[in-house]
Amino acid sequence: MTIDTTADPLGAAIKRVEDPRFITGNGNYLDDIKLPSMTYMSILRSPYAHANIRSIDTAAAASMPGVVAVIVGADIPYNPLPMAWPAGGVSGIQNNVNTPRALATDGVKWTGEGVAAVIAETPEQALDATEAIVVDWEPLPAVVDAEKATQPGAPQLHENAPNNVVFEWQVGDKAGTDAAFESAEVIVRQRIVNQRLIPNPMEVRGDIGWYNPGMDEYTVWMSSQTPHIQRLLLTAFVTGIPEHKVRCISPDVGGAFGTKIFCYADMALVMFASKLIGGRPVKWVETRSENYQSTTHGRDHITYLEAAANRNGEVQGLRVKTYANLGGRLSTIGPGVPTTLYGRVLAGPYKIPNVHCEVTGVYTNTVFVDAYRGAGRPEATYVVERAMDLVADELGIDPADVRRRNFLPNDAFPYDNPSGLGTAAGGAKIYIDSGNYEPALDKALGMIGYDGIEAAKAEARRHGKFLGVGLSTYIEVCGVAPSKWIGAVGEGWGAAMWESANIKMHLTGKTVVTVGTQPQGQGHETTYAQIVAHELGIPMDDIVVQHSDTQGTPFGYGTYGSRTSSVGSTAAIKAAGKIREKARKMAAHMLEAAVDDIEIDGANYSVKGSPDRVKTIQEIAFAIDLGFDPPEGMEPYLDETAYHDTPNCTWPFGTHIALVEIDEETGHVELKRYVAVDDVGKKINPMIVDGQLHGGIAQGVGQALWEGAIYDDQGQLLTGSMLDYTLPRASFFPNLELDETVTPSPVNPIGVKGVGEAGAIASTAAVANAVIDALSPLGIRHLDMPYTPQTVWRAIQGAKGGQA
Amino acid sequence: MIPAAFAYRRPASIEEALGMLAAEPGAKVLAGGQSLLPLLKLRLAAVDTLVDIGRLPGLRGVRELGDGRLAVGALTTYSDLLESPAKHYGVLRDALPHIGDVQVRNRGTIGGAIAHSDPASDLPACLLALDAELVIRSAAGERTTGVDGFFEGAFTTGLQPGELLTEIRLPGPRDDAGSAYVALQQSASGYALVGVAAVVFSGPRNGIAGAAIALTGVGEHAYRARAVEAALAGSDGSPASIAAAAAHATDGIEVASDIHADRAYRTAMAEVYTRRAIEAALARLR
Repeated sequence: MTIDTTADPLGAAIKRVEDPRFITGNGNYLDDIKLPSMTYMSILRSPYAHANIRSIDTAAAASMPGVVAVIVGADIPYNPLPMAWPAGGVSGIQNNVNTPRALATDGVKWTGEGVAAVIAETPEQALDATEAIVVDWEPLPAVVDAEKATQPGAPQLHENAPNNVVFEWQVGDKAGTDAAFESAEVIVRQRIVNQRLIPNPMEVRGDIGWYNPGMDEYTVWMSSQTPHIQRLLLTAFVTGIPEHKVRCISPDVGGAFGTKIFCYADMALVMFASKLIGGRPVKWVETRSENYQSTTHGRDHITYLEAAANRNGEVQGLRVKTYANLGGRLSTIGPGVPTTLYGRVLAGPYKIPNVHCEVTGVYTNTVFVDAYRGAGRPEATYVVERAMDLVADELGIDPADVRRRNFLPNDAFPYDNPSGLGTAAGGAKIYIDSGNYEPALDKALGMIGYDGIEAAKAEARRHGKFLGVGLSTYIEVCGVAPSKWIGAVGEGWGAAMWESANIKMHLTGKTVVTVGTQPQGQGHETTYAQIVAHELGIPMDDIVVQHSDTQGTPFGYGTYGSRTSSVGSTAAIKAAGKIREKARKMAAHMLEAAVDDIEIDGANYSVKGSPDRVKTIQEIAFAIDLGFDPPEGMEPYLDETAYHDTPNCTWPFGTHIALVEIDEETGHVELKRYVAVDDVGKKINPMIVDGQLHGGIAQGVGQALWEGAIYDDQGQLLTGSMLDYTLPRASFFPNLELDETVTPSPVNPIGVKGVGEAGAIASTAAVANAVIDALSPLGIRHLDMPYTPQTVWRAIQGAKGGQA
Repeated sequence: MIPAAFAYRRPASIEEALGMLAAEPGAKVLAGGQSLLPLLKLRLAAVDTLVDIGRLPGLRGVRELGDGRLAVGALTTYSDLLESPAKHYGVLRDALPHIGDVQVRNRGTIGGAIAHSDPASDLPACLLALDAELVIRSAAGERTTGVDGFFEGAFTTGLQPGELLTEIRLPGPRDDAGSAYVALQQSASGYALVGVAAVVFSGPRNGIAGAAIALTGVGEHAYRARAVEAALAGSDGSPASIAAAAAHATDGIEVASDIHADRAYRTAMAEVYTRRAIEAALARLR
């Protein structure tokens, strides 16, 4: 028999196979898991941002109903959490590392740091008993602003970090950049703040720890993007428990945006607690308030930006000094985000010949900052895109023309930028391998009707409105990352970033794909199935994709950095290739032909020149798996694993344009239109790509217009709930107008680049530039985000000379 | 999101409810629960006893009184009200669709909103501008009071221990009245940073005979802007006269200040939105 292979699912807008279970309430999220004899943990968190602990009295709590155990930091013999990515890749760099412990033992460094935990029969009893713990606090002065924290006289957080400095890192050619400024025809300077954000996945974090005393083994369920990495970190670095004695499982994960990459204190705590109480499982699920206080935040940069240009608008030099707020202690890869993922990509899609970037990582009395959707690249894009508009404004040149004059030309690739992209000490180079920037810009300008904007602005002015248009012509680094490069730029544990996949085709032809990546809502069960169905010519319905369990999947580094579609998919393609080669040998044996004479067309394996002599992959799998009659030397079973280390990252790019209208009287900003032309290469599933872009754009626009975590001077989080922290809502948006150009990535067989972060990287700068453009008739050339009505009104009043 | 323990009572009649409230002065009344339950779950508030009146018969719905007025039962939800004859009041038609979300509007009650006296709630301003009347019962009997003066502070009203708000009475329709509600919403919570309800009565030659203007979100509680009303009464209804009147929006008020809107911004917006509310009410009249 033969199988029709004309319906190729690769590239088709197929509805996600996960969605029926998610939207009918049949997902299996961490808090859905209930185990026999389960107990519940509640963590007592510091009400102070900076304090010493004189004593903790747990006696009253321990005697409350249902309490099984009360734990304080001194009870736990574990190491502090690991620092996995210090600032690195430059010679002589020093990182003054302080990471959290399972519970604080040396005082607290932010409001919300855990100091004690209660294990009880019910969540209610655990919470009630937690409130009965008495801590004798010695409050200390706090500092929450990264720049102020480095000044003389600021409160000091850690003995090993004078002036609260974590590291002082730099990249690029300082002398060359300084020379470019000395000879510049025009220089623009601006202090810009990239405010702190709270990532807000729909599902908060949680863990279940279970110590099995019979086996002397642990199982840890965690809402995580990286179960394999967490097993490594929790065993080899934190607890000292042997790695083979721990199994980590991430069930369905309801969003993460980066916050679930990291190793958290609560993971170690549930392991310790379950063993302490004799092997009953211990569940901990954070509240939304706890998520705001003690799960990672994002961004929080204060940057001094300088750009040097000639009168034609060509930027000759970019000089950047950034204070990166990393919180009271360091999260797992906190220092890597504002260094490698920021400074090394500052030049964007532009041929800026001289770039120098200094970054000071700073401790403050705030919760730790780490990767949040885009991770460093939105911050870099914001800097360089504001720089382009500042140059345009200074010279009176249209911002679109300034970008055009600075774009890397199409013959520039492969391109190694001057901000140290490929110059990490001793490491492999990465380089921008492809790009074609002007068509995306032209398409987006056409969609927004750029030529008609000036007339529309004049019309708006007649109605007390300011209209503004803003461009963001971005590139991003996705598909992280070649292992040799990521090692060289500072991965502290010497880790790699390859990916893995295993394919098993069973006797019935039904196929199980297991992968080392870890979805959080991206639809991997659909996209991997599309790829494997394409590679093997089998129906998608015959494929199941499994992930998330260190016991059942090959080691993988997890999902973040828009890496699964490029790195993970290539591992699956390689595994499928091994399946095909073994099947080809078996087909040759079954059809009594030479291996080289077997032709493969989808699922059909036939003899060259004799199309009627054919076996399907299902028939071949049956024969291999049974193993009655293998060819000489062939092992039974169609079961192949592949590991893939990518030779390079991928480089999506595009142009986003925002059109905003500002009410002069109130300062209210309305997003009127949003156009995005993205080049994410080939698409595995265009519907999923659109969804990723919609969500990413919404989050990026959220930063520009509404979002911002605010701590007061004492380190209290004023935006401690969704009543005060504004998340973007569908009703805040116009219809998003998406289009594409397609420049396939040369780095993987599909030509895909990754799209998880593109929207968030591009959109903040587009809206910011639009708001500034709208206010430019008043002489305003910069304003820090978010553009709340109050902020914009005050800027308008100030510009008019009114009282504000 | 787990409240501290409390006793829960569900009376079967108003009389039983009033008896419970009289017996337990510390008891708190639970109606739709859209404000109180989140406070309890966040442990921002704790109570010994909740008296759940949510299913009491006779307190839900809108009926027309003989004189044209509307009687709104305290347990009438926002959604109910929007589907009732009360939707013909411009202020309510403007305000109700934007309160909370669908779930809140389906569960939250008019009486609960009034008795809660959230300083940024929309409805208190609407009822102030409409000159609504409140019916209040206790074990000792029933009293009626005007809504003006009922709000005494943030989350504080003229309700005495043991008293239950049972009905809100709205004035009958008038051909010479137009009304509107406009608000600058806090983007996270949706509560009003500034909300202004305006009822305007027409005077000779397109002028304004009188007006009732109420603001919420601005002060410690919703209030009638008497100075604005005085400036409007007998005015010609011109843009200039409206703007001049709106300038008095915060006269005598300690204007609130927070991270979303500081005193200067709130004060300025109170004036802008007062002007816009009056203009919108007047547009309906004309």
